[in-house]
Amino acid sequence: MRAYDRDDLMFQLWEVAELASLIEDSDLDRAAVMGILDTADQIAGDHFLPLGRLLDEEEPRFENGRAIIPEPAVAAIRAHAAAGFIASGFEPAHGGMGLPEIVHQAAAYVFSASNISLAGYGLLTVGAGRLIQSFGTEAQKRRYLEPMAEGRFFGTMCLSEPQAGSSLSDITTRAEPVGDGTYRITGRKMWISGGEQEVTDNIVHMVLAKIPGGPPGVKGISLFIVPKRRADGAPNDVTLAGLNHKMGYRGTTNCALNFGEAGTCIGELLGEPHKGLSYMFQMMNEARIGVGMGATALGQAGYQASLAYARERPQGRAVGAKDPTTPQVPIIAHSDVRRLLLAQKAAVEPALALSLYCARLVDLHARGDAGAGQLLDMLTPIAKSWPSEFCLEANKHAIQVLGGAGYTRDYPVERYYRDNRLNHIHEGTHGIQGMDLLGRKVMIDGGAGFRALMAVIRADIAAAQGSDLAARLAAALDRVEAVTAQLAAGVMRDPDRGLANATLYLDAMGHVVMGWMWLRLTRAATRVAARDGDSAFLRGKHQAARYFVAREVSRVDGWCDVLAANDQSAFDMETEWF
Amino acid sequence: MKVLVPVKRVIDYNVKVRVKADGSGVDLANVKMSMNPFDEIAIEEAIRLKEAGKAEEVIAVSIGVKQAQETLRTALAMGADRAILVVASDDVHQDIEPLAVAKILAAVVKEEQPGLVLCGKQAIDNDMNATGQMLSALLGWSQATFASEVGVEGDHAVVTREVDGGLQTIKVKMPTIISVDLRLNEPRYASLPNIMKAKKKPLDEKTAADYGVDVTPRLSVVKTTEPAARAAGIKVGSVDELVSKLKEAGLV
Repeated sequence: MRAYDRDDLMFQLWEVAELASLIEDSDLDRAAVMGILDTADQIAGDHFLPLGRLLDEEEPRFENGRAIIPEPAVAAIRAHAAAGFIASGFEPAHGGMGLPEIVHQAAAYVFSASNISLAGYGLLTVGAGRLIQSFGTEAQKRRYLEPMAEGRFFGTMCLSEPQAGSSLSDITTRAEPVGDGTYRITGRKMWISGGEQEVTDNIVHMVLAKIPGGPPGVKGISLFIVPKRRADGAPNDVTLAGLNHKMGYRGTTNCALNFGEAGTCIGELLGEPHKGLSYMFQMMNEARIGVGMGATALGQAGYQASLAYARERPQGRAVGAKDPTTPQVPIIAHSDVRRLLLAQKAAVEPALALSLYCARLVDLHARGDAGAGQLLDMLTPIAKSWPSEFCLEANKHAIQVLGGAGYTRDYPVERYYRDNRLNHIHEGTHGIQGMDLLGRKVMIDGGAGFRALMAVIRADIAAAQGSDLAARLAAALDRVEAVTAQLAAGVMRDPDRGLANATLYLDAMGHVVMGWMWLRLTRAATRVAARDGDSAFLRGKHQAARYFVAREVSRVDGWCDVLAANDQSAFDMETEWF
Repeated sequence: MKVLVPVKRVIDYNVKVRVKADGSGVDLANVKMSMNPFDEIAIEEAIRLKEAGKAEEVIAVSIGVKQAQETLRTALAMGADRAILVVASDDVHQDIEPLAVAKILAAVVKEEQPGLVLCGKQAIDNDMNATGQMLSALLGWSQATFASEVGVEGDHAVVTREVDGGLQTIKVKMPTIISVDLRLNEPRYASLPNIMKAKKKPLDEKTAADYGVDVTPRLSVVKTTEPAARAAGIKVGSVDELVSKLKEAGLV
C-alpha cells in the first residue's frame, strides 16, 4: 500500500497545475516526469515506508559525541541521494539537474508521505545548498555544491540558539576575522536537524553569527559556511553537545551543537557581511512552502491509512438494522466515519493543490515573472500554516476512524499526528506566520500583493460561471476583503493591538484560499469528465468540495465577525490575571 | 555481442485488478501500467552483461500499443542503449498472443543479429510463459528457461535454472534465448540523470505489418471472472468436531 494517492497526485500535477505547459520548452517531457515519480514511488515503497515504525521506536543514540541512527535508515538515505533526488533541487552548473521546482516538490511529497523523518535530510541539504548556489563564490560552489548534490555532504540550517529562537536579533554566536579571509566561529546552536549523523563524509552547516563591531540586532547578522570537517578531512571543532528527544520526526537527528569549544572552528563568510538574515530568508520562503508540503503529505498518509482501515474493519450494523445475526458492516458504512474521512480528504487535497501552485509560482518567478513572485510572497505564510493546522486536524480524524486501535503504536496514524505536530512550530511558528501575513504581506506596497491575490481568485470565480461553490466563495472573499481593509487600518494605528488577532486572520484567509483551490480542483474534474468520461474519482472531488464549502468556508463568516468586532480579549488580558 | 530484450507493458503489480462489467477482460482504462517485472530483471541482466564487458549493446523491444514507448523509456533509463517499438494494436485491451509476438521477435532478431535474447519467463498479465520457447523454435536456437544465474563464456552460456525440487545447471550454445526467473537479480532504480538521458536515446517505431506478421488473435476469450470471494470461516469447539467437519467436507 502507498502512503499517498498516486492518482490524485497525477491529476493535480497534469490537470490542475497544468504541468505540461510548464515543461513545454524544457528537456523534460511527460514520460520523464512519470519516470522520475516512478523511481520516487519505488524507493519510497522499498526503503522509506517500511522504516516508519523502526525509526520512531529507535531514536538516534548519542554515543561518544556521535549520533547513531539505525542501519536501514542509512541505506534508505543513500538510495534516495544516489537516484538523484537531492541533485534534482540544484541547478545544472554544479552537479544539479535543473528540474522544475514543481517536479522536485512532487517527488518530495512522495518521500515525505512515506517517511517524513528520512525525507528531512535531503530537504535540508537542498535548502542549505541553495544558499551557496545563490550567494556563494565560484570556489565555494565548487567546494560544496557538487558533493551535496551527490549526497556525499549533507547540509543544515543553524539559526536558533538556546536563548534565541524566534528572536534572531538576540543570537550571540561570534565570528571573528582570522586575517586570511576566514572567520573563527564561537557559539552554541540549538534545534539543529541533521546537525550530526554518520551517513555522509561531511556536514555543511549554514551558521548565523555576528561579526564584532557590526550593527546591533538583525542588521548585524552574517551567514557562514561551517563544515564539520575541513577540506583535508580534519575535524573543524564542531561538537555534538546532545540530542533532543522529540515527540515525532524521530528519524531526523535534532542536535545541540557547540562551535569552537577549542577555539579552532573556522567558517567561510557567505556573500557580504551583515546580510545573513536576508539571505536566510530567501531559503526560508522555499522552506516554508516545503513545510506546508510535508504537513500535507502527513495528512495524506493518515487519510490513506484510515481509509484502508475503514473499508476493511467490520463493526456494527446500520442504525435501522435490528437483526444481530446479520453480518457486521465495514465501518465506512457508518455516516460519521464517512464524515471523518471526507473531512480529511477535503483538507489534504486542496493543501496539495496549494503546495503545487506555489511550487509552480517558484518556477514562473525564476523565469522572470514578477507577478508570480508577488503572489508567492503573499501565499507563503498560508502555504506553510494552513496545512500545519488543518492537515494536523486531519491526522486527528484519522486516529478517530481507527478508534482505540488508532491510539496504539500498532498503527501508524498516531505517529503521523506526532510527526505533523512539528510543522506548526518550525520555520516560523504559527503565530509568526500570522504576523507575517497581516503585518507584512498584506501591508507591503500599499496592499498591492493582497489585491493581486484577490484579482487572481476573482478571475477563477468568474471562470466558474456562477456555480454554487463559486458563489459562496465569492461571498466569503468579499467578507475577508472588507475585514482586511479594517485590520490594515488598525495595524497602521497601533501595530501591537492591530496584530493581536493575526492568527485568526490567518485561518480565515487560509480557508478562503483553500476554497479557491477546491474551485480549481473541481473545474479540472469537470474538464476531465468531459474529455475522458465521468468516474468515481472525479465525483469524489466534487463531493469533497461540496463538503468543504458547506462545513468549512461557512466558518469564515464567524471568524470575520470576531475580527470585525476587533475583539481584544487576549490583548487586554493582563499577565497577573492568569 | 548485442543483447535483445523484449519488454511488455502490463498492468502494474500494485494495482487491484478489476474485471470489466461485460466479462470480456480486465479494466485497463486509467490504470497504472508498467514494465512486466520479469522483463525488468531481463533488462537488468543485459545491462550487467554490458557492464561486465560481455555485451556491447542492449536493445529493448516492445510490441503492443503506442503507449508502450513509456515502457521502453523505462528500459532506456535503466541503461538499454536503444529501443524498438512495434505498434501492433491501437486498443489497450487487445493482448498480442505469444505466437504473434514470437514471430515479430524472430523478424527483429534476423534484422538485428543479437547473440543473446534475454526475456522474462512470463508476463504477469496473462501468465502464458510461452514467448521465449516459441521464439527458440522459430529461430532454431537453443533455449534456457527460468534462469536464476547466467554466465556467458565465449560461444556458450552456462545457466542455472529453477526447476521443481532444486536447481539445474545447463550449458547452451550461443546464440541462445534465456528466459529469466525472479531470483536472477534485483533490478536497479532508474536514476534521475539516466531518466533525462533516456529521452535522447534512439527509439525506432515500426508496425507489425513492417515484419509481415498477422497479429489477429487466434484464441477467443470466452469469459473473465473475478476469483471467488473467500467464504467466512467457522469456529469449532473441539478436535472431534474439527475432524467430523473435515469428514463432512470430504477433506479427510
